[in-house]
Amino acid sequence: MATAEATIQTPALAAPKTGIWSWITTVDHKRIGIMYGVTALFFFFVGGLEALLIRIQLAKPENAFVSADVFNQLFTMHGTTMIFLVGMPIAVAFFNYLVPLQIGARDVAFPRLNALSYWIYLFGALFLNASFLLGAAPNVGWFGYAPLTMNEFSPGLNVDFWSIGIQILGVASIMGGVNFITTIINLRAPGMTFMRMPLFTWTTFVTSFLIITALPVLGISLFFITFDRFYGTQFFNPAAGGQSVLWQHLFWIFGHPEVYILILPAFGIVSDVIPAHTRKPLFGYAMMVYSSVLIGFIGWGVWAHHMFGTGMGPIADAFFSISTLIIAIPTGVKVFNWLATMWGGAIRFTTPMLFCIGMVAFFTFGGISGVHHGVPPASLQQTDTYYVVAHFHYVLFGGLIMGIFAGLYHWWPKLTGRFLSERLGKLNFWLFVIGMNMTFFPMHVVGLLGMPRRVFTYPAELNLGHINMIITIGGFLTALGALVFAINVIRTFRKGERTTDPNPWGAHTLEWATTTPPQVYNFANLPVVRSREPMWDHPEEMLAQTTGEPKAPIHLPPPSYWPIFTAVGVILAMALMMTGKWWPPLIGAAWVGIGIINWAYEPID
Amino acid sequence: MNHTAVAQGPNQHHTSTGLPMFKLGFWVFIGSETLLFGTLISTYMIYRGESVTGPFPKDIFSIPLTTFSAFVLLMSSLTMVLALAAVKRGDRKLGMRWLLTTAALGSVFLGFQAYEFTHFAAEGLTMGSNLFGSTFYLMTGFHGAHVSIGVFWLLALWLEGLRGGLGQDSAVRVEVCGLYWHFVDIVWIAIFTFVYLFEV
Repeated sequence: MATAEATIQTPALAAPKTGIWSWITTVDHKRIGIMYGVTALFFFFVGGLEALLIRIQLAKPENAFVSADVFNQLFTMHGTTMIFLVGMPIAVAFFNYLVPLQIGARDVAFPRLNALSYWIYLFGALFLNASFLLGAAPNVGWFGYAPLTMNEFSPGLNVDFWSIGIQILGVASIMGGVNFITTIINLRAPGMTFMRMPLFTWTTFVTSFLIITALPVLGISLFFITFDRFYGTQFFNPAAGGQSVLWQHLFWIFGHPEVYILILPAFGIVSDVIPAHTRKPLFGYAMMVYSSVLIGFIGWGVWAHHMFGTGMGPIADAFFSISTLIIAIPTGVKVFNWLATMWGGAIRFTTPMLFCIGMVAFFTFGGISGVHHGVPPASLQQTDTYYVVAHFHYVLFGGLIMGIFAGLYHWWPKLTGRFLSERLGKLNFWLFVIGMNMTFFPMHVVGLLGMPRRVFTYPAELNLGHINMIITIGGFLTALGALVFAINVIRTFRKGERTTDPNPWGAHTLEWATTTPPQVYNFANLPVVRSREPMWDHPEEMLAQTTGEPKAPIHLPPPSYWPIFTAVGVILAMALMMTGKWWPPLIGAAWVGIGIINWAYEPID
Repeated sequence: MNHTAVAQGPNQHHTSTGLPMFKLGFWVFIGSETLLFGTLISTYMIYRGESVTGPFPKDIFSIPLTTFSAFVLLMSSLTMVLALAAVKRGDRKLGMRWLLTTAALGSVFLGFQAYEFTHFAAEGLTMGSNLFGSTFYLMTGFHGAHVSIGVFWLLALWLEGLRGGLGQDSAVRVEVCGLYWHFVDIVWIAIFTFVYLFEV
């Protein structure tokens, strides 16, 4: 593929351009990372609003705040948004910004493909949410079980928006996975061996393999749904011999690796943040690497623990139960290693460190209820109750979100040259802790008392009204914490404490061997790495190489509008399936073809 | 660690492995494509024998015909290898000829697919007829779409040659096209074996 590149002779010419067109055509991993982050955080608030509406409805029994149909749309979109529009993209935001910096590269392997992934994500997210404008948001749960998703039971546009919208997002993810695997294998600086890479880069690597293997399974499964709905195929039609349980198998073969896709980046973040704020190397680096890889592999063998209620038989149940319990082992290894890293360290209770501690604590707690689910007899009582909701929110909010916020507070000064306020940060943290536990701990109780999931109300006779009210209040406290974060961000841009220190936290990894904020070309000269903690072992040597005047001309890829052009084609191809006719999607395909050809033959300067 | 500066032509990155970026990335992509076709073929196998109504595979498969089209596709992989060898040697004209031949053979294969699909439809097998129709058409349809994209790619390279390109520095791009083409061929070998030959 011909790559167009512009030669930058001096840092002065490297000054980033401003204006919206420069963002639309950017291929700079740092800008793409920021765009991913801003978009993901926006949808975090959207998904949070959906959660609050759910909680208002459930605050009292037999409430009529929203109808059952609207409730179904709310919980479906809350889950879909948080997983596909927040959880995965925010991780990609971090992958984008940090991985090239952590391995000593100037950009990712395929910068224009990187931009394409972002634009497809953005347009896909807008497509999915456009369903609200038609009052037809997806309403079948984020996992869309057959036969509910068939025309017979869901005649409206809701399921079409869902199956097509997620398909679009999956395409973006797979491209990103390919990009990061290639980047990490092929663009490491001299001396940056695999076993010297920061843990965050390692988890990016493992996550990317999970993405490129799991998402295609989902993609094909979604085509089965779309084809059943639009073109009359019989994949899930019982009258034709089709089996609804096949959907469950296919979905969860994707779905379980998906949850590791969600959590591994957070594992990587705290593995890099904790050492920085305890001034102590990560305990058991090699085991942390191997356990990440092992989690990736074993994660493929546990999917049917989501299906213990489907009557698979004792052999299948036993197999998946054992594999599920086994995967707790490498995960537990990580927890102990984080604790061992903190033990004896000079802990600074900064906001990033607090979020790390919260992550370790609450993820472990959620992991324990996960082990409970892994035992089929117990699972049969817990399935479809709030016990499950409690589990996955502890691991996803307590684990993923807290990990993400640790990363946000930790890397914010590097990105922006300003510190987020510690005072507001701590307030953010404690509101999350109190709110989150007030919301999700009681759910274990109401779940075991029999309150079912995904139902828009519950009878007064269950006597669960008071607990549900407490849960709802917890939700609003959490929301307040999110608001405090937003205020912190705004306030920081206005009058945050500034820094130009390359390494304000005194951290150990290569991304801190750059100016603050980094130059567009990242490193004046690519460093020669000599250790696993280069910024602790040889900081002056690193900075001497990486900051200051470049010794040789720097080649950076020039901006391009073909990625956004091609992204429009991808959306068209998918969205035009809604017409129900076979030929309109081909228009989108042709558009994509035109985009790709122009992209491939963009002139070399 | 081996830090290799590979002479890949102008404006190419240094790489940690010595492998060209496009080639490495494309192998990763092919890895993900195996899951894609794996899901389609697995679903076919799961639903094999489960159709409630006909037509059934034994009723309408023509093994001789499909054997011939598989042979055509296999031969196209040979011509692809010859194309790459020519480009690597700097023989633009010969490279163009073999690329065009590969595209032509691929198109012949697609012609056979089109004939097969219309013939099956005339015999009463559409994608909506039964599980066999649904799984068969989606699986072979996805494969055919991949072959079609490959044909376009080959023609684009041929056009590049027509305009004086396709020199030795384009060998990596031709090689990647070849990777894609061989992958699509191997998928067909899998489909031909598990879908057609298993019915014999």
